[in-house]
Amino acid sequence: MKILVCISQVPDTSTKVVLKDNSTTIESAGVSYIINPYDEWYALVRAIELKESGVASDIDLVTVGKANTEPVIRKALALGGDKAIRIDADCSDPYLTAVYIAEYARNMDYDLILCGKESIDYNNGTVGSMLAELLDMDYIGFATEIKAEGNTAIVKREIEGGEETDSCKFPLVISCQKGVAEARIANMRGIMAARTRPLTVITPSVDDPLTSILSYELPPAKAGVRLIDPADMDELVELLHTEAKVI
Amino acid sequence: MNDIETVKALKGGEFLIRETAADSVFIPEEWNEEQLMIAETCVNFLAQHVKPNLNRIDEQEEGLMSHLMDEAGALGLLGVSVPEEYGGFGKDFKTSMLVTEKLGAGNSFSVAFSAHSGIGTLPILYYGNDAQKQKYIPKLASGELKGAYCLTEPSSGSDANSGKARARLSEDGKHYLITGQKMWITNAGFADVFTVFAKIDDDENLSAFIVEKDFEGITLNAEEHKMGIKGSSTRQVFFNECKVPVENLLSDRQNGFKIAVNILNIGRMKLGGGTVGASKEVISQAVHYANEREQFGRAISKYGAIRYKLAQQAILTYASESAVYRASQNMEEATEMLVASGLDETNAKLKGTEQFAIEAAIIKVHSSETLDYVVDEGVQIYGGMGYSAEAPMDRAYRDSRINRIFEGTNEINRMLTVDMMLKRALKGELDLMGPAQKVAGELMSIPDFGATEEENLFSKEKKYIANFKKAVLMVAGAAVQKLMAQLGKEQEVLMNLADMLIELYVSESLQLRVEKLVSMRGEDGCKEQLDIMRVYINDAAEKIAKAGKEALNYFAEGDEKRMMLMGLKRYTKTEDINSTQARRNIAAKLVAENKYCF
Repeated sequence: MKILVCISQVPDTSTKVVLKDNSTTIESAGVSYIINPYDEWYALVRAIELKESGVASDIDLVTVGKANTEPVIRKALALGGDKAIRIDADCSDPYLTAVYIAEYARNMDYDLILCGKESIDYNNGTVGSMLAELLDMDYIGFATEIKAEGNTAIVKREIEGGEETDSCKFPLVISCQKGVAEARIANMRGIMAARTRPLTVITPSVDDPLTSILSYELPPAKAGVRLIDPADMDELVELLHTEAKVI
Repeated sequence: MNDIETVKALKGGEFLIRETAADSVFIPEEWNEEQLMIAETCVNFLAQHVKPNLNRIDEQEEGLMSHLMDEAGALGLLGVSVPEEYGGFGKDFKTSMLVTEKLGAGNSFSVAFSAHSGIGTLPILYYGNDAQKQKYIPKLASGELKGAYCLTEPSSGSDANSGKARARLSEDGKHYLITGQKMWITNAGFADVFTVFAKIDDDENLSAFIVEKDFEGITLNAEEHKMGIKGSSTRQVFFNECKVPVENLLSDRQNGFKIAVNILNIGRMKLGGGTVGASKEVISQAVHYANEREQFGRAISKYGAIRYKLAQQAILTYASESAVYRASQNMEEATEMLVASGLDETNAKLKGTEQFAIEAAIIKVHSSETLDYVVDEGVQIYGGMGYSAEAPMDRAYRDSRINRIFEGTNEINRMLTVDMMLKRALKGELDLMGPAQKVAGELMSIPDFGATEEENLFSKEKKYIANFKKAVLMVAGAAVQKLMAQLGKEQEVLMNLADMLIELYVSESLQLRVEKLVSMRGEDGCKEQLDIMRVYINDAAEKIAKAGKEALNYFAEGDEKRMMLMGLKRYTKTEDINSTQARRNIAAKLVAENKYCF
């Protein structure tokens, strides 16, 4: 089985977002980047587990990004990918991202394409489903468990108020969330091997985003917590009425 | 500074008489992508396996520490600098220092890790024959075997060569029979292999033996009840006619003391990395708490008194770190040069390390005292919660204290710093006499009132550091002249001289780091680092002046004393800086980043 794992570079979760150029761009200076946790902890690690259990033979990684995304790709290679492909484009449009990946993956005979349920920066959560459509593959979203039984994937996913179990023949695209696998730590052997694992850069042939970002806004600063004496219910009621305006 | 030669490859101790070019030092801002990945693995390992279990570790839950060592071994962290032919990853000394630094934030775990990968593994790696290395090193590197080091005895601590443990050859000549008592043995509770030091028969010097826990005649005492590092296994180990195969004698007979000393040199340097890592962790916790905790309607991180503490913690830590990696690079370069000259790698590593034994002792003292400052102020920043065992400062405060005691007490290391420097001068390895006489001559001449060289961003600090060197040379030279053979017994004077050397070395390391950093990032990208440098060197000048004055007031007298005191004043004079504003700038960055960020 050949698996393709889609990897996205995202700002570290502790990043303080600074806007520039009249709030149309996010300042990248001083930002440290990580692998999108849904891509790393769940999609990639599950692919590694499938390889370790003998189900999968190859794990390829793909990312859409400029050269500055290579450290993150090599980090993913250190965790366990066999080779990586960087599609050389600066892209925040999910449709175009899916088009780029589909363009690469179309004739590569992947049996399974895994991605995170969303990236933690733009939170669109749509690349997986659009990719499946573009490749004319089946799609299961928001998986919490992935098993392979012969030529069939058995996938659990959360639904409102419960859980469903799906069965679907390979090839297919699955987006992953918590439960699919446990986070792993890159070991020394993987880190050293990452240097020698192939990282190919390809240039996409199309460039036609469906969306563009007009501007960003930071959320309003959180107000401080006000402590009210438990004995003073009148003050609480007054504040809820006049300040919070919820009663 | 025209009268002091600038060199690229500094020899051990030469920092006192030579200038170093900034582009020749290694600075932590130069880590490559692979090294940063290794560091991240360490951080993730602590976050996933160690931090959630700190209480269980401190309660010494059966098998837990051993299991954590297995986990670290599985990630390859126990064999980072072990050569690949022995199952390790063959990384350089700086990289293993980086691992030590990152895992240094792991409280008791870091002690178990350091003891295993340092004193538990290195004696066999550096002094073992090939059969010994093949037998033990791959398993120590993987964590299948855990290592410990048995040197200290109830009556021999700092005076290690006076140990009472004895070994004698069995009648059939196949075994050494070791009898003795070793104490404060880190990892003893779960170690599989012990490097044990004992004298064979009535030898003058120690020999070293590789002892497996299953050899006959080993008994472990109960776990010691300690002030801190409670999760680290520390026991007494008794050897009663313990049968050690003759092939387990490590290196040559009577070579044990040399092994012990050399391994300690590495241990001291590594302690520097570990304590820097612990300091950074405590600062991050303190900044975070100061940002969260509100009093009088504002986060306490907004108050100057707290900001001062945060800044000072960062200043000392950044300075210490600069020295740690400068010396690590020097050791590596010295080793490479020795290999290039034909020495085998193992001996080159030992000699390279030995050459920087002075710097190792300096780093050990400075970094451990920095951590003690950092944890003390950490408790203070936490206020009442700092005294609660539920908050992290309690553990950090207790765990820190041992660092000033083990790997040679800071007093022993201070004395060693001066002793080694003077011995090298006597042997002709280090020309202190010429520069010292030059300074003495300068004292009689008209002082240099103005800068003749072109001013640049670092000219002031470079001038100060050149003068610090003169101050040390003047006081040390006079101490040798006045006290002669008696100097070794005048421990207060030795402490003064050591303090001067420590402040000089750390100031210079810091200045070189910031100079190199500015060349990489530009001045605007290094504002806080420049503030750190200025404040540190300003304070160092006062410390050097105080230590020098104490020494001169003890052994000098009359006109000579007056002249030297005036010289000391001249050599430790710095222009006034607005250190309050500088500390505010440094603290503002820490507070904004909500963590240690330099």
